Amino acid sequence: MATAQQVPLVDYLVLGDAVHLEANECTSCKARFFDRRNACAACFGTQFSKAKISNSGIVRSFTIVTFAAPGVPVPFVAAIIDCDGTSVRANLINVEPTPEKVSLGMKVQLATYSLGTDDNGAEAIGFGYEPAL
Amino acid sequence: MATDDIYILGINMTKFGKYPDKDVVDLASEAVMAALADGGVSMADIGILAAGNLMGSGGVGQMIQKQVGQTGIPVYNVSNACATGATALRTAIMAIKAGECDMGLAVGVEKLAGVGLLGGGGAPKTPGKQWAPTGRYGAVTNVDGLIGTATMPGTFAQVGMEYGHKYGGATFELFAKISEKNHAHSTLNPLAAYTKRMTLEEIMNDIMISYPNTRPMCSANCDGAAAAVVVSGAKLKTLSREQQRRAVKVSASVLTSDPYQEACQVLPDVNTLTRIAAKQAYESSGVSPQDLDLVELHDCFATAELVHYDNLMLCEEGGAVDFFNSGATWRDGSTPVNVSGGLESKGHPISATGIANIWEICHHLRGEAGPRQIEGAKVGLAHVIGLGSACGVHILEKSAL
Ligand SMILES: [Zn+2]
Repeated sequence: MATAQQVPLVDYLVLGDAVHLEANECTSCKARFFDRRNACAACFGTQFSKAKISNSGIVRSFTIVTFAAPGVPVPFVAAIIDCDGTSVRANLINVEPTPEKVSLGMKVQLATYSLGTDDNGAEAIGFGYEPAL
Repeated sequence: MATDDIYILGINMTKFGKYPDKDVVDLASEAVMAALADGGVSMADIGILAAGNLMGSGGVGQMIQKQVGQTGIPVYNVSNACATGATALRTAIMAIKAGECDMGLAVGVEKLAGVGLLGGGGAPKTPGKQWAPTGRYGAVTNVDGLIGTATMPGTFAQVGMEYGHKYGGATFELFAKISEKNHAHSTLNPLAAYTKRMTLEEIMNDIMISYPNTRPMCSANCDGAAAAVVVSGAKLKTLSREQQRRAVKVSASVLTSDPYQEACQVLPDVNTLTRIAAKQAYESSGVSPQDLDLVELHDCFATAELVHYDNLMLCEEGGAVDFFNSGATWRDGSTPVNVSGGLESKGHPISATGIANIWEICHHLRGEAGPRQIEGAKVGLAHVIGLGSACGVHILEKSAL
């Protein structure tokens, strides 16, 4: 089997055998950020290390988006997940997008899916959180 | 009146709505000329102009001057998201406080009728071409809709839901009831874009935009302008007794940005900076939340109004749901909130909003609000927040005369 190249949707999604998210963690105050950093917004430090984010969490907030920019498929559930103290923005996936099926405080776990393959044969991988087993 | 106090001398807002035949300069000029007339002064008296307009091409201050009076004074074109109007006002106030002039003018204007969804960016790519990482997150495509949402309705829906997660009781129906209140209030405001009373059922059954906010629970995109003339206490003493009587004291003028908090770069934190601004405003004015006769707060969505009851300390921490359910924020309640109809019905021409809410408070403090007058109003608070974030809080008091 040909090893198709996979690219993550964002560079803080780490693919491979143990898929997870990782943050840039300030070495002095432990504040965590998902973007490329110039310095720490909390303590102004400039040293960062990679921190692995827990794959499980609870839904701290959500909205069911039914009105989005043209081309964005709706409805979808946008949520803030509390992953053992680190907040993550993501969609809730593999769940019916209704207020009956999604609730505040529900337990969720990281899951990935394919966004399709480009002309060079690279497959983009997205992530979301699904109801925990 | 103390010489180093600041007063609103004249203030005006246009009716909010649709103005297909007027541009931003027309609308701003209308508000500016009316604010000057309201204060009994002219452009010749003004020492600084601060102007805000987000959606236009920039330099709106000088464009306005070219219609209403080019006097060579310094112009500051300011931009601070939905707090732009408040920022313009505060810029004029700071110039007076710095002793650069004794009278200033602030104006905010926006043409927003027919503009759709704000925030969030475009659609994701379809497969093909090349998945190439770009930007600060190394994203291979637009992520709105794939990694949550940054649209305004979606963001503020989550702000309200987060409050519900923390304290409970924040249901779809509760948020819809907040909207019901504001639409009811709007029926008394001839300058509001929408003045139709809506039943709870109508609100809940309207088009869902971003659960739990349906369309009438979202601020209305519309056109409008608002302008204010501010003056030093020293200068006001030299003006007529009638000008002094109608002048409204600016007891606090505060602007904050969002301090770092865990999660603030994941979901904008609209709470901490509002709480800090409110605390500073209460401390510097000596006014307490219980003293407020009315409050205009930034109900860009019904879900936002709930959290700001708490952030502005109108209720106990965590007590916003009970506070609303007590009826406190209806116009006959203990702390009337958004008697103008709020952004959900009055409308939200972004840069005008932070001055229009001050106009509403001044209107009541001057006893000129007609059928929607809050009787005997002596002190009020105006709050705006712009995502990014910026928060403006002004506390206003009736003239002692
Ligand atoms: Zn740090």
